[in-house]
Amino acid sequence: MMGSPRKLATAVLLIALLLLPVAAMAMSNPFLIKLVTRAVIMAIAALSLDIILGLGGMVAFSHAIFLGVGGYVVAIAASQGQFSAWVQWPIALGLSALISLVVGSISLRSKGVYFIMITLAFCQLFYFLAIGTEAYGGDDGLAIPMRSSLGGVIDLSDKITFYYFCFFCLAACLLFAWRLSNSHFGRVLKAASLNEERVQALGISTYGYRLTAFVIAGTMCGLAGILLANHNDFVSPALLGWMQSGDLIVMLVLGGIGTLVGPIVGALFLLLIEHTLSTVTEHWQIILGPVLVLMALYSHGGVAAFLPKGWRRG
Amino acid sequence: MFKKIALGIAATMLVALPALAQQTLKIGYITMLTGPISNIGNDMRDGFELAIDHKNRLLGGLKTEVIYLDSQMKPEIAKQMTDKLIDSDHVNFLSGYALSNELLASLKSANDGKTFLISNNAGASQVAGEMCSPWFFSTAFENNQRPSAMGQLLNKRGIKKLFVLAPNYTAGKDMVAGVKATYKGEIVGEEYTRWPSQLDFSVEMSKIRAAKPDAIWVFTPGSYGVQFFAQFQQAGLLGKLPIYSNFSVDAMSLPLIGEAAMGALSTDNWVEDLDIPTNKRFVADFKKKYKHTPSFYAAQAYDGALLIDSAVRAVKGDLANKDGMREAMKKIDFETTRGRLKYGNNHFLIQNIYVAEAVKTADGIMGLHVLDNISPNNQDTHHSQCPMK
Amino acid sequence: MLLEQCMNGLQFGLLLFLLAAGLSLIFGIMNLINLAHGSLYMVGAFLAATFTVVLDSFVLGMVVAVTGTLLLGIVLDVVVFRRLYARTHLDQVLATFGLIWFFDEAVRMIWGPDSKTLHVPAALAGWVELFQGIPYPVYRLLIIGVGLGVAVLLYVLVQHTRIGMLIRAGASDREMISALGANINLLYTLVVGLGAGLAALAGVMAAPLMTVSVGMGESILILTFVVIVIGGIGSIRGAFVAAVMVGMIDTVGRAYLPEILRLVMSRGAASTAAPGLSAMLIYLLMTVFLILRPAGMFPAAGAQK
Repeated sequence: MMGSPRKLATAVLLIALLLLPVAAMAMSNPFLIKLVTRAVIMAIAALSLDIILGLGGMVAFSHAIFLGVGGYVVAIAASQGQFSAWVQWPIALGLSALISLVVGSISLRSKGVYFIMITLAFCQLFYFLAIGTEAYGGDDGLAIPMRSSLGGVIDLSDKITFYYFCFFCLAACLLFAWRLSNSHFGRVLKAASLNEERVQALGISTYGYRLTAFVIAGTMCGLAGILLANHNDFVSPALLGWMQSGDLIVMLVLGGIGTLVGPIVGALFLLLIEHTLSTVTEHWQIILGPVLVLMALYSHGGVAAFLPKGWRRG
Repeated sequence: MFKKIALGIAATMLVALPALAQQTLKIGYITMLTGPISNIGNDMRDGFELAIDHKNRLLGGLKTEVIYLDSQMKPEIAKQMTDKLIDSDHVNFLSGYALSNELLASLKSANDGKTFLISNNAGASQVAGEMCSPWFFSTAFENNQRPSAMGQLLNKRGIKKLFVLAPNYTAGKDMVAGVKATYKGEIVGEEYTRWPSQLDFSVEMSKIRAAKPDAIWVFTPGSYGVQFFAQFQQAGLLGKLPIYSNFSVDAMSLPLIGEAAMGALSTDNWVEDLDIPTNKRFVADFKKKYKHTPSFYAAQAYDGALLIDSAVRAVKGDLANKDGMREAMKKIDFETTRGRLKYGNNHFLIQNIYVAEAVKTADGIMGLHVLDNISPNNQDTHHSQCPMK
Repeated sequence: MLLEQCMNGLQFGLLLFLLAAGLSLIFGIMNLINLAHGSLYMVGAFLAATFTVVLDSFVLGMVVAVTGTLLLGIVLDVVVFRRLYARTHLDQVLATFGLIWFFDEAVRMIWGPDSKTLHVPAALAGWVELFQGIPYPVYRLLIIGVGLGVAVLLYVLVQHTRIGMLIRAGASDREMISALGANINLLYTLVVGLGAGLAALAGVMAAPLMTVSVGMGESILILTFVVIVIGGIGSIRGAFVAAVMVGMIDTVGRAYLPEILRLVMSRGAASTAAPGLSAMLIYLLMTVFLILRPAGMFPAAGAQK
């Protein structure tokens, strides 16, 4: 169950994000809004990964696929003149679910290192598929002339409106993830990641639970893909590579796996660090690299581990 | 009420005051400064800087500040940098953009932000056609111009059977399409290599040998060209098969390829020994400052800075007069490293395409020597799809 | 032409083998996912690029590069890897991912962002005639020779020496080794060193064929993983067979896929679709393998997950 200190931390962060555009405009730095929008979108992606990695213990390198699927459906539809979100998004989400079903059903038969390898292979498969498909830009990617249209009230091409829309999506996903992890489903998943035999001895099919989680996670990541494509006005195969999957894992670990606040912190942390460090020095990776190594060696819970014990999930 | 008026006047003065003072011209320059073909990006930066030096660090009479950012060859980063330059740094001009995908990702931001984007290299066909924009100007070329001139050269030289090799990305395919548009002979082999990871041409060498062409045409930019020529030589094909190329032998790759490139012919929009005063000054001072021969990337960047200079000078430093600057740029009323040029309706250059041969220059290193103007006033084929006048 | 393609495939496969052998051992014996293996390959190539010029000798440059990277591998083991052996795969992924960033940037800082070229030494730049008047580059023959030689040496090492026995035992059952009284730490460090040396050798030999640039490790790393998974983690024999297989399929596939595709689509479409498809081919192969034989072709007996 979620204790008050953790609720407080998440609430504080959410309020800060809520007020960001106001602060940015006051500082006369509208670029900040765009930067944080990207962090919010990546937080959704990281959160979706948290469902299978944090809750289910599955180290999947395939997650970038769904960023790509979500994004490319939007881009391809736009290139055919179809800008309505009511058409684009269900297709994108549906396709994400379908592909995660296929990828998951094959990959989850393997365990441990083999699981990591096969998810990595699937990721590369889709990456090369995107590059090889000339009709949709191939290596160059596809520019999106106009953002998804929700019709009428909400105009996604306005950066502040778009920011709040992404924020709203993040909040909704957070709520969903919270309910999921505290449900029977979530508890079984967590138990299976800790001790599979015991759960199976209870007659529960861990494969079925894991696959369901995989599909849920993939679909949520597809949503992040949709938003990212709209944010960039552009998609390219670079969205799909295994290094992108790796970035998501890093984000999650930096922020704290298995927590709700972790993905948000991780995404913000990584993106802001990349941005500020890169203005200080071009060579920021030489600092961040060893930081990652140290974190892997000495800290299990990511940044969240530095919070007082009562603030983390159990 | 009175307070409000006073505050209003004060606010207006605060805004107007900087406008009265001498403005700085801010330019954001995005190109790949790291990665396997970063020498292209660095040459662009060097050429741009040299032009600013020649104008005493004052383009159009204004103090010039250039922010150089590394796109790392990633279109997403290029777009992010473009956004930052527009939203955060409030630049007056965007420039650079070596790769087509960087341009495609960033153009919308430039359009939305009503900021001029002067491409010093990238020239995707969509931008010359339906995606053309009043905010875009190219000081380079459209991807089809040089290859289509190449097709004409091949015809002129009586090449009946041609083998074609290019990397499998949009620019590569544009190039091949350009050659095919004008070449009248038979294409006996058409190979696309994996980009950017494939640098091993063993498969392709075998196929070249098996196809028995009269000549081979390649598009192998940057260090890929170095690898290709080396492996061509290792495969025993050098000297047995004439090589025609675009964008494969240039000032940067030639010293590395060495004599394996001797005699290779290419069609270029700029050659180092073009007999034009601006060019002579550019090449001489570039060699003095940077200790190597400039490439066409540098020449295009140099011309890009001159273009910005002409625009700002035309409006006498009034950077808010964007329409005025646009009109001035359309006229391109100054001598570039390629002489006097014109713009098409899509803001791509109408320029001569020359035949160049790789030779040993007087300095003892490999360089390019202009032979012939094979395609005078060459204009790209996409301008009719651009709705602008 | 088929013969030439097969030779090229063999050559590429043997390069992969050099990388895969070391990585497979590290995986199999220490259960360590080392994403930074490609970085060792890269460092080897860069060292070679510099020292062949400085020492004005290809062979000496190679020796320095391989030795240097081997030592780097040992340092890496003592400083980082040793603490990772007992950790979860996630921690290992995270740490070695961080190492990739570190090495990429360090190389960029030391050697500059430009890519380097390494020329094949003049003595090896020619070609010899194989059967039927087909010239084949001497240098590639050298790679095949070295690759096969290393394979034989490794075979002898693993099958006929005490260390080899410990390695084989370790791949099956780690606890047994310490029970046998062997010094685990020393063994592990040796294995890492060996893997690093092999990776560097691959990097040095591949360098004249490919541009030496930052990030070159990442692209070949994936293929190496594929080889290991297909061959079976912990098995050198598996790595050999799988590497040659993958090398052949990739090379021959790249060569003939356009022809095959041309049967069903236009020449232009076939030519542009082929490279993408041939790249996917290997991953499809791996997927099929994992479905049919989840433990690889030659799993070390009693292999753990």
